[in-house]
Amino acid sequence: MYKATVIIKRRPKILDPQGKAVEQGAKLLGFNNVKSTRIGKYIEFNVELDSKEEAEKEVKEYCEKLLSNPIMEDFEYSLEEVK
Amino acid sequence: MKPKFGVVVFPGSNCDHDAYYAVKKVLGYDAEFLWHKDNDLMDSDIIILPGGFSYGDYLRTGSIARFSPIMNSVIDFANKGGTVIGICNGFQILLEAGLLPGVMLKNESLKFVCKDVYLKVNNKDSLFTNKIEKDLLEVPIAHGEGNYFADEDTLKMLEDNNQIAFKYSSINGDTDITINPNGSRQNIAGILNKNGNVLGMMPHPERACDPVLGKTDGELIIKSIVENFIN
Repeated sequence: MYKATVIIKRRPKILDPQGKAVEQGAKLLGFNNVKSTRIGKYIEFNVELDSKEEAEKEVKEYCEKLLSNPIMEDFEYSLEEVK
Repeated sequence: MKPKFGVVVFPGSNCDHDAYYAVKKVLGYDAEFLWHKDNDLMDSDIIILPGGFSYGDYLRTGSIARFSPIMNSVIDFANKGGTVIGICNGFQILLEAGLLPGVMLKNESLKFVCKDVYLKVNNKDSLFTNKIEKDLLEVPIAHGEGNYFADEDTLKMLEDNNQIAFKYSSINGDTDITINPNGSRQNIAGILNKNGNVLGMMPHPERACDPVLGKTDGELIIKSIVENFIN
């Protein structure tokens, strides 16, 4: 079995109003060095497959079909074997 | 022959009854609810994907509803030329399903916006609009994620093919950024697919049908669909 960790990021050109709003909070707190805040998603799940190759294939397909929207997001993932 | 509307009910839909009420009780057409777990469109002639918060808007708006069993039938129906209208969350589902291009982002203001707006009827040739004589419609919007986004190439394609059905407008018909309620590109409020049989729109025509509620411009869109169906 593999534990998958997926990070979904908004494409650089796509506006991130949430990141912008959070950065306003940073300014209010005096974190004036904080710039270019972008908020994404972190998703983890297990894949019940023994082959790393197959697990990777499944995770990639899952990311492409559901977890991310290719028009506005990129994804990256990592796999860790768990017993 | 009266057309039959099919109103899809997803978990979290909350304008399904409004849509059903508007087409059946106010306008007198045949209508039926379609459950998201079914495949059968029950011989509907026109499919409505209603507003709401299907699957709690989790992950991305419309992203999970798009894989409901009923959506396979709706996609098939649309690809064969069937008439589909997605309103608000229904529009978001159509985008996720790939029946319409682009994505929906959070409103630029980060606020949920609920108010009446003016819509310029930008395309007067579609089956959803060609029976509308008015240039402007007054219809409510109610959404937190109606900020339509598409890249330049897609926007150009929408414009070149006359796929932009409605734009947010002032009472004078101006469609500049100052009267844009959510930040959507080119003030887009509703778009059509290439073949013109699928419409997605953020404003709620079904909430502007019953005269008791004060506004009735929404019925013009529904009547346009029906008149085209009958002819």
